[in-house]
Amino acid sequence: MGIGIIVLIVVLAVLFLVIGFIWMTYNGLVRLRNQVKNAWAQIDVQLKRRHDLIPNLMETVKGYMKHERETLEAVTSARNLAQKAIGTGVGAQAKAEGELSSALSRLLAVVENYPDLKANQNFMALQEELTSTENKISFSRQYYNDSVLTYNNKTQMVPSNIIAGMFGFKTGEFFEVTAAAEREAPKVSFG
Amino acid sequence: MWEQIRSNQTRTLVLVVAMGLLLLLVGYFLGEAIFGSGIGGLVVAILIWVVMNLFAYFQGDSMILAISRARKISPDDHPRLYNVVEEMKIASGLPKIPDIYIIDDPSPNAFAVGRDPSRASVAITSGLLERLNRDELQGVMAHEISHIKNRDVLLMTFCSVLLGTIVILAWFGSRMMLFGGARGGRRSSGGGGGYATLIIVAVAILLMILAPIAAQLIYYAISRKREYLADASGALYTRYPEGLASALEKIAGSTQELKTANQAFAPMYIINPFRSKGRAASDLTSTHPPISERVRILRSMAGGASLAAYEKAYQEVRGSGRGVIPPSALVGETPVAARKAEAVPAEPGKVERARETSDLLWKYSNYGLVNCECGTKLRVPPKLRGSSIRCPHCGRVNPLSSRP
Repeated sequence: MGIGIIVLIVVLAVLFLVIGFIWMTYNGLVRLRNQVKNAWAQIDVQLKRRHDLIPNLMETVKGYMKHERETLEAVTSARNLAQKAIGTGVGAQAKAEGELSSALSRLLAVVENYPDLKANQNFMALQEELTSTENKISFSRQYYNDSVLTYNNKTQMVPSNIIAGMFGFKTGEFFEVTAAAEREAPKVSFG
Repeated sequence: MWEQIRSNQTRTLVLVVAMGLLLLLVGYFLGEAIFGSGIGGLVVAILIWVVMNLFAYFQGDSMILAISRARKISPDDHPRLYNVVEEMKIASGLPKIPDIYIIDDPSPNAFAVGRDPSRASVAITSGLLERLNRDELQGVMAHEISHIKNRDVLLMTFCSVLLGTIVILAWFGSRMMLFGGARGGRRSSGGGGGYATLIIVAVAILLMILAPIAAQLIYYAISRKREYLADASGALYTRYPEGLASALEKIAGSTQELKTANQAFAPMYIINPFRSKGRAASDLTSTHPPISERVRILRSMAGGASLAAYEKAYQEVRGSGRGVIPPSALVGETPVAARKAEAVPAEPGKVERARETSDLLWKYSNYGLVNCECGTKLRVPPKLRGSSIRCPHCGRVNPLSSRP
Protein backbone atom coordinates (compact mmCIF):
# COMPACT_ATOMS: atom_id res chain seq x y z
CA MET A 1 0.00 0.00 0.00
CA GLY A 2 2.23 2.73 -1.21
CA ILE A 3 1.57 6.23 -2.32
CA GLY A 4 1.67 4.89 -5.86
CA ILE A 5 -1.64 3.08 -5.49
CA ILE A 6 -3.36 6.12 -4.03
CA VAL A 7 -2.07 8.28 -6.88
CA LEU A 8 -3.26 5.67 -9.34
CA ILE A 9 -6.75 5.67 -7.83
CA VAL A 10 -6.93 9.46 -7.92
CA VAL A 11 -5.76 9.55 -11.54
CA LEU A 12 -8.29 6.90 -12.52
CA ALA A 13 -11.09 8.76 -10.77
CA VAL A 14 -10.22 12.02 -12.51
CA LEU A 15 -9.99 10.24 -15.84
CA PHE A 16 -13.35 8.62 -15.22
CA LEU A 17 -14.94 12.01 -14.45
CA VAL A 18 -13.43 13.65 -17.54
CA ILE A 19 -14.58 10.87 -19.86
CA GLY A 20 -18.04 10.90 -18.28
CA PHE A 21 -18.30 14.64 -18.80
CA ILE A 22 -17.22 14.43 -22.46
CA TRP A 23 -19.59 11.55 -23.04
CA MET A 24 -22.62 13.28 -21.58
CA THR A 25 -21.94 16.64 -23.18
CA TYR A 26 -21.37 15.05 -26.57
CA ASN A 27 -24.63 13.10 -26.37
CA GLY A 28 -26.47 16.21 -25.22
CA LEU A 29 -25.15 18.16 -28.20
CA VAL A 30 -26.13 15.42 -30.65
CA ARG A 31 -29.62 15.28 -29.15
CA LEU A 32 -30.05 19.03 -29.50
CA ARG A 33 -28.71 19.04 -33.05
CA ASN A 34 -31.21 16.33 -34.01
CA GLN A 35 -33.96 18.29 -32.32
CA VAL A 36 -33.10 21.28 -34.51
CA LYS A 37 -33.18 19.11 -37.65
CA ASN A 38 -36.47 17.58 -36.63
CA ALA A 39 -37.97 21.01 -35.92
CA TRP A 40 -36.93 22.13 -39.38
CA ALA A 41 -38.68 19.14 -40.93
CA GLN A 42 -41.83 20.09 -39.00
CA ILE A 43 -41.94 23.49 -40.71
CA ASP A 44 -41.81 21.80 -44.11
CA VAL A 45 -44.68 19.49 -43.18
CA GLN A 46 -46.88 22.44 -42.30
CA LEU A 47 -45.94 24.44 -45.40
CA LYS A 48 -46.81 21.49 -47.60
CA ARG A 49 -50.13 21.17 -45.81
CA ARG A 50 -50.91 24.75 -46.72
CA HIS A 51 -50.05 24.15 -50.37
CA ASP A 52 -52.43 21.19 -50.40
CA LEU A 53 -55.28 23.20 -48.89
CA ILE A 54 -55.25 25.95 -51.50
CA PRO A 55 -56.73 24.14 -54.56
CA ASN A 56 -59.62 23.05 -52.36
CA LEU A 57 -60.12 26.59 -51.11
CA MET A 58 -60.07 27.99 -54.65
CA GLU A 59 -62.69 25.45 -55.75
CA THR A 60 -65.05 26.51 -52.95
CA VAL A 61 -64.50 30.23 -53.30
CA LYS A 62 -64.63 30.46 -57.11
CA GLY A 63 -68.39 30.21 -57.46
CA TYR A 64 -69.03 33.04 -55.00
CA MET A 65 -66.31 35.51 -55.88
CA LYS A 66 -66.82 36.31 -59.54
CA HIS A 67 -65.44 39.83 -59.21
CA GLU A 68 -62.23 39.00 -57.41
CA ARG A 69 -60.31 37.34 -60.22
CA GLU A 70 -57.13 39.21 -59.41
CA THR A 71 -57.11 38.26 -55.74
CA LEU A 72 -57.75 34.62 -56.56
CA GLU A 73 -55.09 34.52 -59.24
CA ALA A 74 -52.59 36.13 -56.89
CA VAL A 75 -53.12 33.29 -54.41
CA THR A 76 -52.82 30.58 -57.05
CA SER A 77 -49.66 32.00 -58.55
CA ALA A 78 -48.11 32.63 -55.12
CA ARG A 79 -48.81 29.02 -54.27
CA ASN A 80 -47.20 27.79 -57.49
CA LEU A 81 -44.15 29.95 -56.88
CA ALA A 82 -43.91 28.68 -53.31
CA GLN A 83 -44.01 25.11 -54.53
CA LYS A 84 -41.27 25.79 -57.01
CA ALA A 85 -39.18 27.40 -54.27
CA ILE A 86 -38.98 24.15 -52.29
CA GLY A 87 -35.39 23.11 -52.09
CA THR A 88 -33.94 26.39 -53.38
CA GLY A 89 -32.58 27.43 -50.01
CA VAL A 90 -33.94 28.84 -46.79
CA GLY A 91 -34.01 32.47 -47.87
CA ALA A 92 -35.80 31.98 -51.19
CA GLN A 93 -38.30 29.58 -49.69
CA ALA A 94 -39.10 31.86 -46.78
CA LYS A 95 -39.68 34.74 -49.23
CA ALA A 96 -42.04 32.74 -51.46
CA GLU A 97 -43.99 31.48 -48.44
CA GLY A 98 -44.22 35.04 -47.16
CA GLU A 99 -45.79 36.15 -50.43
CA LEU A 100 -48.28 33.30 -50.20
CA SER A 101 -49.21 34.29 -46.63
CA SER A 102 -49.97 37.84 -47.63
CA ALA A 103 -51.94 36.80 -50.76
CA LEU A 104 -54.02 34.52 -48.55
CA SER A 105 -54.69 37.15 -45.94
CA ARG A 106 -55.82 39.55 -48.70
CA LEU A 107 -58.24 36.88 -49.89
CA LEU A 108 -59.61 36.25 -46.39
CA ALA A 109 -60.09 39.99 -45.90
CA VAL A 110 -62.15 40.19 -49.12
CA VAL A 111 -64.35 37.31 -47.96
CA GLU A 112 -65.94 39.72 -45.51
CA ASN A 113 -67.90 41.15 -48.47
CA TYR A 114 -69.56 37.83 -49.29
CA PRO A 115 -71.98 36.81 -46.55
CA ASP A 116 -73.22 33.81 -48.57
CA LEU A 117 -69.71 32.43 -48.78
CA LYS A 118 -69.11 33.09 -45.09
CA ALA A 119 -72.16 31.00 -44.22
CA ASN A 120 -71.08 28.10 -46.44
CA GLN A 121 -70.34 25.05 -44.26
CA ASN A 122 -67.59 23.86 -46.51
CA PHE A 123 -65.90 27.23 -46.47
CA MET A 124 -66.17 27.54 -42.70
CA ALA A 125 -64.41 24.20 -42.28
CA LEU A 126 -61.73 25.25 -44.75
CA GLN A 127 -61.22 28.55 -43.00
CA GLU A 128 -60.66 26.79 -39.68
CA GLU A 129 -58.12 24.53 -41.39
CA LEU A 130 -56.39 27.51 -42.96
CA THR A 131 -56.28 29.51 -39.72
CA SER A 132 -54.91 26.51 -37.90
CA THR A 133 -52.33 25.77 -40.59
CA GLU A 134 -51.10 29.37 -40.41
CA ASN A 135 -50.82 28.94 -36.63
CA LYS A 136 -49.03 25.64 -37.02
CA ILE A 137 -46.55 27.21 -39.42
CA SER A 138 -45.73 29.96 -36.98
CA PHE A 139 -45.60 27.58 -34.00
CA SER A 140 -43.29 25.19 -35.82
CA ARG A 141 -41.09 28.16 -36.72
CA GLN A 142 -41.17 29.25 -33.10
CA TYR A 143 -40.20 25.77 -31.92
CA TYR A 144 -37.42 25.64 -34.49
CA ASN A 145 -36.02 28.96 -33.25
CA ASP A 146 -36.38 27.85 -29.62
CA SER A 147 -34.46 24.68 -30.46
CA VAL A 148 -31.74 26.62 -32.28
CA LEU A 149 -31.39 28.95 -29.31
CA THR A 150 -30.98 26.04 -26.89
CA TYR A 151 -28.50 24.34 -29.20
CA ASN A 152 -26.50 27.52 -29.82
CA ASN A 153 -26.35 28.27 -26.09
CA LYS A 154 -24.96 24.84 -25.49
CA THR A 155 -22.33 25.15 -28.23
CA GLN A 156 -21.22 28.59 -27.02
CA MET A 157 -21.35 28.37 -23.24
CA VAL A 158 -18.58 27.17 -20.96
CA PRO A 159 -17.85 24.29 -20.49
CA SER A 160 -19.82 22.55 -23.25
CA ASN A 161 -18.30 24.86 -25.88
CA ILE A 162 -14.98 23.00 -25.48
CA ILE A 163 -16.59 19.72 -26.50
CA ALA A 164 -18.55 21.44 -29.28
CA GLY A 165 -15.28 22.88 -30.64
CA MET A 166 -13.48 19.54 -30.38
CA PHE A 167 -16.11 17.66 -32.38
CA GLY A 168 -17.02 20.47 -34.76
CA PHE A 169 -20.58 21.29 -33.70
CA LYS A 170 -21.53 24.43 -35.62
CA THR A 171 -24.13 26.88 -34.41
CA GLY A 172 -27.55 26.71 -36.02
CA GLU A 173 -29.24 29.37 -38.13
CA PHE A 174 -32.44 31.08 -36.97
CA PHE A 175 -35.46 31.14 -39.24
CA GLU A 176 -36.01 34.84 -39.84
CA VAL A 177 -38.99 36.00 -41.78
CA THR A 178 -37.35 37.76 -44.73
CA ALA A 179 -40.21 38.55 -47.05
CA ALA A 180 -41.16 42.19 -46.72
CA ALA A 181 -44.78 41.23 -47.22
CA GLU A 182 -44.80 38.98 -44.18
CA ARG A 183 -43.17 41.49 -41.88
CA GLU A 184 -45.83 44.10 -42.38
CA ALA A 185 -49.20 42.44 -42.56
CA PRO A 186 -51.40 44.07 -45.20
CA LYS A 187 -53.92 46.54 -43.83
CA VAL A 188 -57.18 46.14 -45.68
CA SER A 189 -59.96 48.46 -44.66
CA PHE A 190 -63.44 48.75 -45.98
CA GLY A 191 -65.02 52.13 -45.59
CA MET B 1 -33.05 26.24 -21.06
CA TRP B 2 -36.75 25.48 -20.65
CA GLU B 3 -36.30 21.80 -21.15
CA GLN B 4 -34.35 21.86 -17.92
CA ILE B 5 -37.46 22.92 -16.11
CA ARG B 6 -38.28 19.28 -15.58
CA SER B 7 -34.93 18.32 -14.20
CA ASN B 8 -32.86 20.14 -11.63
CA GLN B 9 -35.75 20.95 -9.37
CA THR B 10 -34.02 21.13 -6.06
CA ARG B 11 -36.94 22.33 -4.00
CA THR B 12 -39.36 19.81 -5.45
CA LEU B 13 -36.80 17.09 -4.88
CA VAL B 14 -36.35 18.10 -1.24
CA LEU B 15 -40.12 17.98 -0.71
CA VAL B 16 -40.45 14.56 -2.34
CA VAL B 17 -37.59 13.20 -0.25
CA ALA B 18 -39.24 14.63 2.87
CA MET B 19 -42.42 12.76 2.00
CA GLY B 20 -40.48 9.56 1.41
CA LEU B 21 -38.72 9.89 4.79
CA LEU B 22 -42.07 10.46 6.43
CA LEU B 23 -43.33 7.21 4.93
CA LEU B 24 -40.28 5.33 6.23
CA LEU B 25 -40.67 6.87 9.70
CA VAL B 26 -44.33 5.92 9.88
CA GLY B 27 -43.52 2.39 8.70
CA TYR B 28 -40.71 1.96 11.19
CA PHE B 29 -42.45 3.25 14.30
CA LEU B 30 -45.76 1.56 13.59
CA GLY B 31 -43.90 -1.70 13.00
CA GLU B 32 -42.00 -1.22 16.25
CA ALA B 33 -45.15 -0.46 18.20
CA ILE B 34 -47.41 -3.11 16.66
CA PHE B 35 -45.34 -6.16 15.82
CA GLY B 36 -42.32 -5.13 17.80
CA SER B 37 -40.15 -5.00 14.70
CA GLY B 38 -39.29 -1.73 13.01
CA ILE B 39 -37.74 -3.47 10.02
CA GLY B 40 -40.94 -5.50 9.51
CA GLY B 41 -42.92 -2.26 9.50
CA LEU B 42 -40.55 -0.80 6.93
CA VAL B 43 -40.96 -3.82 4.69
CA VAL B 44 -44.76 -3.64 4.88
CA ALA B 45 -44.71 0.10 4.13
CA ILE B 46 -42.42 -0.31 1.14
CA LEU B 47 -44.44 -3.27 -0.19
CA ILE B 48 -47.70 -1.31 -0.12
CA TRP B 49 -45.95 1.63 -1.74
CA VAL B 50 -44.42 -0.45 -4.56
CA VAL B 51 -47.68 -2.21 -5.39
CA MET B 52 -49.59 1.07 -5.49
CA ASN B 53 -46.89 2.66 -7.62
CA LEU B 54 -46.96 -0.15 -10.17
CA PHE B 55 -50.71 0.13 -10.43
CA ALA B 56 -50.61 3.92 -10.80
CA TYR B 57 -47.86 3.72 -13.39
CA PHE B 58 -49.52 1.19 -15.66
CA GLN B 59 -53.22 1.76 -15.03
CA GLY B 60 -53.41 5.26 -13.57
CA ASP B 61 -54.31 7.20 -16.70
CA SER B 62 -57.00 4.85 -17.97
CA MET B 63 -58.46 4.70 -14.47
CA ILE B 64 -58.70 8.47 -14.14
CA LEU B 65 -60.29 8.81 -17.57
CA ALA B 66 -62.77 6.04 -16.79
CA ILE B 67 -63.72 7.56 -13.43
CA SER B 68 -64.24 10.97 -15.08
CA ARG B 69 -66.42 9.32 -17.75
CA ALA B 70 -64.31 10.93 -20.46
CA ARG B 71 -64.90 10.12 -24.13
CA LYS B 72 -62.17 10.13 -26.70
CA ILE B 73 -62.83 12.37 -29.68
CA SER B 74 -61.59 12.05 -33.24
CA PRO B 75 -60.30 14.95 -35.36
CA ASP B 76 -63.58 15.20 -37.30
CA ASP B 77 -65.70 15.46 -34.15
CA HIS B 78 -64.34 18.83 -33.15
CA PRO B 79 -61.77 20.12 -35.65
CA ARG B 80 -61.06 23.32 -33.72
CA LEU B 81 -60.21 21.56 -30.47
CA TYR B 82 -58.11 19.02 -32.30
CA ASN B 83 -56.26 21.73 -34.22
CA VAL B 84 -55.58 23.76 -31.09
CA VAL B 85 -54.11 20.73 -29.33
CA GLU B 86 -51.97 19.97 -32.39
CA GLU B 87 -50.75 23.58 -32.50
CA MET B 88 -49.63 23.30 -28.88
CA LYS B 89 -48.04 19.93 -29.55
CA ILE B 90 -45.95 21.62 -32.25
CA ALA B 91 -45.09 24.63 -30.09
CA SER B 92 -43.96 22.46 -27.18
CA GLY B 93 -42.20 19.85 -29.33
CA LEU B 94 -44.06 16.86 -27.90
CA PRO B 95 -43.23 13.71 -29.86
CA LYS B 96 -46.87 12.80 -30.45
CA ILE B 97 -50.24 14.52 -30.28
CA PRO B 98 -51.98 13.53 -27.03
CA ASP B 99 -55.33 11.74 -27.12
CA ILE B 100 -58.16 14.20 -26.60
CA TYR B 101 -61.11 13.43 -24.34
CA ILE B 102 -64.30 15.30 -23.61
CA ILE B 103 -66.26 15.07 -20.35
CA ASP B 104 -69.98 15.77 -20.39
CA ASP B 105 -70.13 18.18 -17.46
CA PRO B 106 -71.22 21.83 -17.29
CA SER B 107 -68.52 22.72 -14.76
CA PRO B 108 -65.52 24.25 -16.53
CA ASN B 109 -62.31 22.27 -16.07
CA ALA B 110 -59.59 20.41 -17.92
CA PHE B 111 -56.79 18.00 -17.03
CA ALA B 112 -53.89 16.05 -18.45
CA VAL B 113 -52.81 12.48 -17.70
CA GLY B 114 -50.14 10.16 -19.00
CA ARG B 115 -46.87 8.96 -17.57
CA ASP B 116 -44.65 10.12 -20.43
CA PRO B 117 -44.89 12.62 -23.32
CA SER B 118 -45.48 9.97 -25.96
CA ARG B 119 -48.35 8.36 -24.11
CA ALA B 120 -50.45 11.22 -22.79
CA SER B 121 -54.03 12.43 -22.88
CA VAL B 122 -55.78 15.72 -22.29
CA ALA B 123 -59.40 16.02 -21.24
CA ILE B 124 -61.74 18.99 -21.20
CA THR B 125 -65.30 19.35 -19.92
CA SER B 126 -68.04 20.34 -22.34
CA GLY B 127 -68.75 23.31 -20.06
CA LEU B 128 -65.26 24.69 -20.59
CA LEU B 129 -65.15 23.86 -24.30
CA GLU B 130 -68.23 25.92 -25.05
CA ARG B 131 -67.15 28.88 -22.92
CA LEU B 132 -63.73 29.51 -24.43
CA ASN B 133 -62.78 31.23 -27.65
CA ARG B 134 -59.85 30.04 -29.75
CA ASP B 135 -57.12 31.98 -27.94
CA GLU B 136 -58.39 30.94 -24.53
CA LEU B 137 -58.67 27.31 -25.57
CA GLN B 138 -55.10 27.55 -26.78
CA GLY B 139 -54.02 28.92 -23.39
CA VAL B 140 -55.73 26.11 -21.48
CA MET B 141 -54.32 23.42 -23.76
CA ALA B 142 -50.85 24.98 -23.51
CA HIS B 143 -51.13 24.74 -19.70
CA GLU B 144 -52.18 21.08 -19.87
CA ILE B 145 -49.49 20.19 -22.38
CA SER B 146 -46.93 21.91 -20.15
CA HIS B 147 -47.97 19.52 -17.38
CA ILE B 148 -47.18 16.65 -19.76
CA LYS B 149 -43.97 18.21 -21.04
CA ASN B 150 -42.70 19.09 -17.55
CA ARG B 151 -43.52 15.53 -16.40
CA ASP B 152 -45.82 16.86 -13.71
CA VAL B 153 -48.26 14.05 -14.22
CA LEU B 154 -45.63 11.48 -13.35
CA LEU B 155 -44.37 13.53 -10.39
CA MET B 156 -47.83 14.16 -8.98
CA THR B 157 -48.83 10.51 -9.39
CA PHE B 158 -45.69 9.50 -7.56
CA CYS B 159 -46.45 11.98 -4.77
CA SER B 160 -50.08 11.01 -4.45
CA VAL B 161 -49.06 7.37 -4.12
CA LEU B 162 -46.65 8.34 -1.34
CA LEU B 163 -49.39 10.31 0.35
CA GLY B 164 -51.89 7.48 -0.13
CA THR B 165 -49.53 4.93 1.41
CA ILE B 166 -48.94 7.12 4.45
CA VAL B 167 -52.67 7.60 4.93
CA ILE B 168 -53.36 3.86 4.59
CA LEU B 169 -50.60 2.94 7.03
CA ALA B 170 -51.77 5.46 9.59
CA TRP B 171 -55.34 4.24 9.26
CA PHE B 172 -54.44 0.57 9.67
CA GLY B 173 -52.03 1.40 12.44
CA SER B 174 -54.63 3.25 14.45
CA ARG B 175 -57.18 0.44 14.01
CA MET B 176 -54.70 -2.23 15.05
CA MET B 177 -53.56 -0.32 18.09
CA LEU B 178 -57.09 0.42 19.22
CA PHE B 179 -58.63 -3.00 18.66
CA GLY B 180 -55.70 -5.39 18.58
CA GLY B 181 -53.93 -3.68 21.44
CA ALA B 182 -50.36 -2.49 21.24
CA ARG B 183 -48.22 -5.44 22.05
CA GLY B 184 -44.98 -3.56 22.22
CA GLY B 185 -44.59 -4.52 25.89
CA ARG B 186 -43.75 -8.05 24.83
CA ARG B 187 -40.27 -7.00 23.89
CA SER B 188 -39.40 -5.44 27.21
CA SER B 189 -37.48 -8.41 28.56
CA GLY B 190 -34.24 -6.45 28.79
CA GLY B 191 -33.77 -4.02 31.66
CA GLY B 192 -35.27 -0.58 31.13
CA GLY B 193 -37.07 -1.79 27.99
CA GLY B 194 -40.46 -0.68 29.30
CA TYR B 195 -39.50 2.93 29.20
CA ALA B 196 -38.19 2.67 25.61
CA THR B 197 -41.37 0.90 24.52
CA LEU B 198 -43.47 3.66 25.97
CA ILE B 199 -41.53 6.22 23.95
CA ILE B 200 -41.88 4.17 20.78
CA VAL B 201 -45.63 3.83 21.22
CA ALA B 202 -45.93 7.53 21.92
CA VAL B 203 -43.93 8.40 18.81
CA ALA B 204 -46.01 5.96 16.75
CA ILE B 205 -49.27 7.55 17.93
CA LEU B 206 -47.93 11.01 17.27
CA LEU B 207 -46.79 10.01 13.78
CA MET B 208 -50.12 8.38 13.05
CA ILE B 209 -51.88 11.64 13.71
CA LEU B 210 -49.38 14.08 12.25
CA ALA B 211 -47.86 12.23 9.28
CA PRO B 212 -50.94 12.21 7.04
CA ILE B 213 -51.44 15.93 7.68
CA ALA B 214 -47.80 16.78 7.04
CA ALA B 215 -47.72 14.63 3.90
CA GLN B 216 -50.85 16.34 2.65
CA LEU B 217 -49.33 19.79 3.19
CA ILE B 218 -46.13 18.81 1.37
CA TYR B 219 -48.20 17.38 -1.44
CA TYR B 220 -50.16 20.62 -1.79
CA ALA B 221 -46.94 22.66 -1.82
CA ILE B 222 -45.52 20.58 -4.68
CA SER B 223 -48.76 20.80 -6.61
CA ARG B 224 -49.03 24.60 -6.30
CA LYS B 225 -45.48 25.07 -7.52
CA ARG B 226 -46.11 22.91 -10.58
CA GLU B 227 -49.21 24.97 -11.42
CA TYR B 228 -47.16 28.17 -11.57
CA LEU B 229 -44.60 26.42 -13.75
CA ALA B 230 -47.27 25.13 -16.13
CA ASP B 231 -48.70 28.65 -16.40
CA ALA B 232 -45.24 29.99 -17.22
CA SER B 233 -44.54 27.36 -19.89
CA GLY B 234 -48.06 27.79 -21.25
CA ALA B 235 -47.45 31.50 -21.76
CA LEU B 236 -44.15 30.70 -23.43
CA TYR B 237 -45.65 28.17 -25.85
CA THR B 238 -48.55 30.38 -26.95
CA ARG B 239 -46.54 33.62 -26.74
CA TYR B 240 -49.84 34.99 -25.49
CA PRO B 241 -50.29 35.09 -21.68
CA GLU B 242 -53.57 36.95 -22.05
CA GLY B 243 -55.26 33.86 -23.56
CA LEU B 244 -54.68 31.75 -20.45
CA ALA B 245 -55.40 34.69 -18.15
CA SER B 246 -58.79 35.34 -19.66
CA ALA B 247 -59.61 31.62 -19.74
CA LEU B 248 -58.79 31.38 -16.02
CA GLU B 249 -61.01 34.36 -15.38
CA LYS B 250 -63.91 32.71 -17.18
CA ILE B 251 -63.34 29.52 -15.20
CA ALA B 252 -63.20 31.47 -11.94
CA GLY B 253 -66.59 32.98 -12.70
CA SER B 254 -68.22 29.59 -12.33
CA THR B 255 -69.01 27.96 -9.01
CA GLN B 256 -70.21 24.63 -10.30
CA GLU B 257 -68.42 21.61 -8.95
CA LEU B 258 -67.24 18.86 -11.19
CA LYS B 259 -69.40 15.78 -10.61
CA THR B 260 -66.81 13.16 -11.40
CA ALA B 261 -63.74 14.69 -9.80
CA ASN B 262 -61.70 12.70 -7.34
CA GLN B 263 -59.69 14.17 -4.48
CA ALA B 264 -56.60 12.18 -5.40
CA PHE B 265 -56.34 13.60 -8.91
CA ALA B 266 -57.11 17.20 -8.03
CA PRO B 267 -53.62 18.49 -8.96
CA MET B 268 -54.07 17.30 -12.54
CA TYR B 269 -56.90 19.73 -13.21
CA ILE B 270 -56.38 23.26 -14.48
CA ILE B 271 -58.13 24.60 -11.39
CA ASN B 272 -58.94 22.82 -8.17
CA PRO B 273 -62.22 20.97 -8.79
CA PHE B 274 -63.08 21.16 -5.08
CA ARG B 275 -62.56 24.83 -4.47
CA SER B 276 -65.29 26.26 -2.32
CA LYS B 277 -66.39 29.84 -2.33
CA GLY B 278 -64.76 32.26 0.05
CA ARG B 279 -61.73 30.18 0.83
CA ALA B 280 -58.73 32.07 2.12
CA ALA B 281 -56.58 33.25 -0.75
CA SER B 282 -53.19 31.71 -0.17
CA ASP B 283 -54.45 28.67 1.62
CA LEU B 284 -51.91 26.04 2.61
CA THR B 285 -54.44 23.31 2.01
CA SER B 286 -55.13 23.91 -1.65
CA THR B 287 -53.74 22.04 -4.61
CA HIS B 288 -53.86 25.18 -6.73
CA PRO B 289 -52.75 28.77 -6.21
CA PRO B 290 -55.65 31.22 -6.08
CA ILE B 291 -56.89 31.96 -9.60
CA SER B 292 -56.90 35.73 -9.09
CA GLU B 293 -53.19 35.58 -8.35
CA ARG B 294 -52.43 33.41 -11.36
CA VAL B 295 -54.32 35.86 -13.57
CA ARG B 296 -52.53 38.84 -12.03
CA ILE B 297 -49.12 37.27 -12.66
CA LEU B 298 -49.96 36.45 -16.29
CA ARG B 299 -51.21 40.00 -16.85
CA SER B 300 -48.10 41.58 -15.27
CA MET B 301 -45.73 40.03 -17.76
CA ALA B 302 -45.48 43.39 -19.50
CA GLY B 303 -45.56 42.28 -23.11
CA GLY B 304 -43.09 39.46 -22.55
CA ALA B 305 -43.76 35.76 -22.80
CA SER B 306 -40.49 34.28 -21.59
CA LEU B 307 -39.94 32.35 -18.39
CA ALA B 308 -37.87 35.28 -17.12
CA ALA B 309 -40.81 37.63 -17.68
CA TYR B 310 -43.04 35.25 -15.71
CA GLU B 311 -40.48 35.03 -12.93
CA LYS B 312 -40.33 38.81 -12.68
CA ALA B 313 -44.12 39.14 -12.69
CA TYR B 314 -44.36 36.41 -10.06
CA GLN B 315 -41.97 38.22 -7.73
CA GLU B 316 -43.80 41.49 -8.32
CA VAL B 317 -47.25 40.11 -7.60
CA ARG B 318 -46.19 38.03 -4.60
CA GLY B 319 -44.06 40.88 -3.31
CA SER B 320 -41.16 38.60 -2.41
CA GLY B 321 -37.72 37.98 -3.81
CA ARG B 322 -38.29 34.25 -4.00
CA GLY B 323 -38.97 33.03 -7.49
CA VAL B 324 -40.72 29.95 -8.76
CA ILE B 325 -38.68 29.03 -11.83
CA PRO B 326 -35.46 27.12 -11.28
CA PRO B 327 -32.49 29.38 -12.11
CA SER B 328 -31.02 26.73 -14.42
CA ALA B 329 -34.04 27.17 -16.69
CA LEU B 330 -33.34 30.89 -17.01
CA VAL B 331 -29.71 30.65 -18.08
CA GLY B 332 -29.12 31.98 -21.59
CA GLU B 333 -32.72 32.91 -22.09
CA THR B 334 -33.40 35.76 -24.48
CA PRO B 335 -36.36 38.10 -24.12
CA VAL B 336 -39.42 36.83 -25.94
CA ALA B 337 -42.16 39.23 -26.95
CA ALA B 338 -45.78 38.23 -26.54
CA ARG B 339 -47.77 38.35 -29.72
CA LYS B 340 -50.70 40.68 -30.24
CA ALA B 341 -54.27 39.53 -30.12
CA GLU B 342 -55.37 38.77 -33.63
CA ALA B 343 -58.89 38.74 -34.92
CA VAL B 344 -59.54 35.20 -36.11
CA PRO B 345 -61.94 35.53 -39.02
CA ALA B 346 -63.79 32.26 -38.57
CA GLU B 347 -64.30 32.49 -34.84
CA PRO B 348 -67.67 30.96 -33.92
CA GLY B 349 -69.68 32.93 -31.39
CA LYS B 350 -70.90 31.80 -28.00
CA VAL B 351 -74.16 30.33 -29.29
CA GLU B 352 -72.50 28.39 -32.10
CA ARG B 353 -69.93 27.01 -29.67
CA ALA B 354 -72.64 25.81 -27.30
CA ARG B 355 -74.51 24.24 -30.23
CA GLU B 356 -71.35 22.60 -31.54
CA THR B 357 -70.59 21.06 -28.15
CA SER B 358 -74.11 19.83 -27.53
CA ASP B 359 -74.24 18.31 -31.04
CA LEU B 360 -71.13 16.38 -30.12
CA LEU B 361 -72.62 15.13 -26.85
CA TRP B 362 -75.88 14.10 -28.56
CA LYS B 363 -73.86 12.20 -31.11
CA TYR B 364 -71.99 10.38 -28.36
CA SER B 365 -75.28 9.30 -26.78
CA ASN B 366 -76.14 7.69 -30.14
CA TYR B 367 -78.85 10.18 -31.02
CA GLY B 368 -79.58 10.52 -34.73
CA LEU B 369 -79.97 13.90 -36.39
CA VAL B 370 -82.56 14.76 -39.04
CA ASN B 371 -82.52 18.19 -40.64
CA CYS B 372 -86.09 19.06 -41.58
CA GLU B 373 -86.65 21.29 -44.58
CA CYS B 374 -88.19 23.96 -42.40
CA GLY B 375 -84.85 24.36 -40.64
CA THR B 376 -85.70 22.42 -37.52
CA LYS B 377 -83.13 19.95 -36.22
CA LEU B 378 -84.77 16.76 -35.02
CA ARG B 379 -82.91 14.62 -32.51
CA VAL B 380 -83.83 10.99 -32.89
CA PRO B 381 -83.45 8.87 -29.76
CA PRO B 382 -81.54 5.62 -30.28
CA LYS B 383 -84.49 3.49 -29.18
CA LEU B 384 -87.04 5.01 -31.56
CA ARG B 385 -88.61 2.41 -33.84
CA GLY B 386 -90.17 3.16 -37.21
CA SER B 387 -88.95 4.42 -40.53
CA SER B 388 -90.07 8.04 -40.45
CA ILE B 389 -90.44 10.96 -38.06
CA ARG B 390 -92.87 13.86 -38.17
CA CYS B 391 -91.52 17.35 -37.68
CA PRO B 392 -93.41 18.94 -34.77
CA HIS B 393 -92.77 22.35 -36.26
CA CYS B 394 -94.09 22.18 -39.82
CA GLY B 395 -95.74 18.77 -40.01
CA ARG B 396 -93.55 17.30 -42.75
CA VAL B 397 -92.81 13.61 -42.48
CA ASN B 398 -89.07 12.95 -42.72
CA PRO B 399 -87.74 9.48 -43.53
CA LEU B 400 -85.27 8.03 -41.06
CA SER B 401 -82.37 6.97 -43.21
CA SER B 402 -79.92 4.22 -42.36
CA ARG B 403 -79.54 4.24 -38.60
CA PRO B 404 -77.20 1.83 -36.91
